[in-house]
Amino acid sequence: MITLLDLFSIAAIGVGTFFFVAGTVGLQRFPDSLTRLHALTKADNLGLGMVALGLIPRADSALSALKLIVIWALVMLSGASTSQLIGRALRRGRK
Amino acid sequence: MSLRPFLDVILAGLVLGVAIFTITARDLFAAVVGYVAYGLLLAFVWIRLYAPDVALTEAAVGGGVTGVLLITAGKRLGAPNVAQEAQPGTVLKLLTVVLAALVASALGSVILMLPDPPPSLAPEAAAAADGAGAGLGNPITAVLMSYRSLDTMLEKVVLILAVIGVWSVGTDKAWGNAPAPLRQLKPYAPMTFLAQMLVPVGVLIGIHIFWTGANAPGGAFQGGALLAAMWMVTMMAQLAEPPRVGAQWLRLALIAGPAVFLVIGIAGEAMAGSFFAYPQSLAKPIILFIEAFMVLSIAAALPMLVAGPPSERPDP
Repeated sequence: MITLLDLFSIAAIGVGTFFFVAGTVGLQRFPDSLTRLHALTKADNLGLGMVALGLIPRADSALSALKLIVIWALVMLSGASTSQLIGRALRRGRK
Repeated sequence: MSLRPFLDVILAGLVLGVAIFTITARDLFAAVVGYVAYGLLLAFVWIRLYAPDVALTEAAVGGGVTGVLLITAGKRLGAPNVAQEAQPGTVLKLLTVVLAALVASALGSVILMLPDPPPSLAPEAAAAADGAGAGLGNPITAVLMSYRSLDTMLEKVVLILAVIGVWSVGTDKAWGNAPAPLRQLKPYAPMTFLAQMLVPVGVLIGIHIFWTGANAPGGAFQGGALLAAMWMVTMMAQLAEPPRVGAQWLRLALIAGPAVFLVIGIAGEAMAGSFFAYPQSLAKPIILFIEAFMVLSIAAALPMLVAGPPSERPDP
């Protein structure tokens, strides 16, 4: 028996997977490193966010749900910062 | 029909592919990136083998600390041009291939010839750990800290020996000075931001992983490696300078883990009747006490390995 929450999970994880696939396609097809970075961050931030959102109703306890959110926040933080660092390294390399 | 066997086969294929990429990569940096990816994939393999403790260690050490270590080492080597280096001769290459094939086939045949069920010390170890490490919900920690406690202690001694090895590469004049800063560039705002946001959370998670290791996957090494990574991040963001290698507190932090372990191990002779035995009723607090100092030693040793030998730049 599929409940409304299950449907929500399936939908959210499906959307998240779509963003991961789109980000991977971008990583493969985009012409230069900066646009590839742009594609990757979409997968990290939005894709992982939707997957985490979809997993929250399936978490055992409120604490594990909170952990999922913390993991998403940490990935966003490190993803955004490392993109900046890679972007700067690229700019320096071009000069 | 389950999907898992297919996922496992894909995972194994990925591990092999990344391993081949790492070996054949011509560029030093590409090889290091391949190695880090290899470490992270191995962590997934360990999770699929139902060994989350090993997976945590592999992710923290194989994917994290070793990667930083190799990148800084590569930088110091100054990116040698592999193509221009002297290529090994055909005989040497053939010999390498034969030796590698021999080792691989020996390992493969040993695994294929294992009796069914394979001989295992695991039940014995679990039973022994149940005795002295009673009260610990995580059998891995009980085995590490009770059944094979001498090995665990000596592993930390090896870490200290590695730090001494790195320090001894420095010149006589530099002795006692601090290692060179990890970045000579000016502080960069996003890096500073990352360090300021990430480090408090990372320190909390590191301590949590150590604390929860008594009852759930985790433990001293995983927690210590995470704390070490946080110290490295603050040094890379130039929020902290590497300490002088002669500093008293640093030396004390490095030896604290093995020293406390050894003292309690010797005390076990008097209190519980044998070397490295704990009194039954106090086993859990004693183990957590030792582990706390081990976390400190690991968190001090790993960044010192990355920071490198003391530099001749006089202290400001």
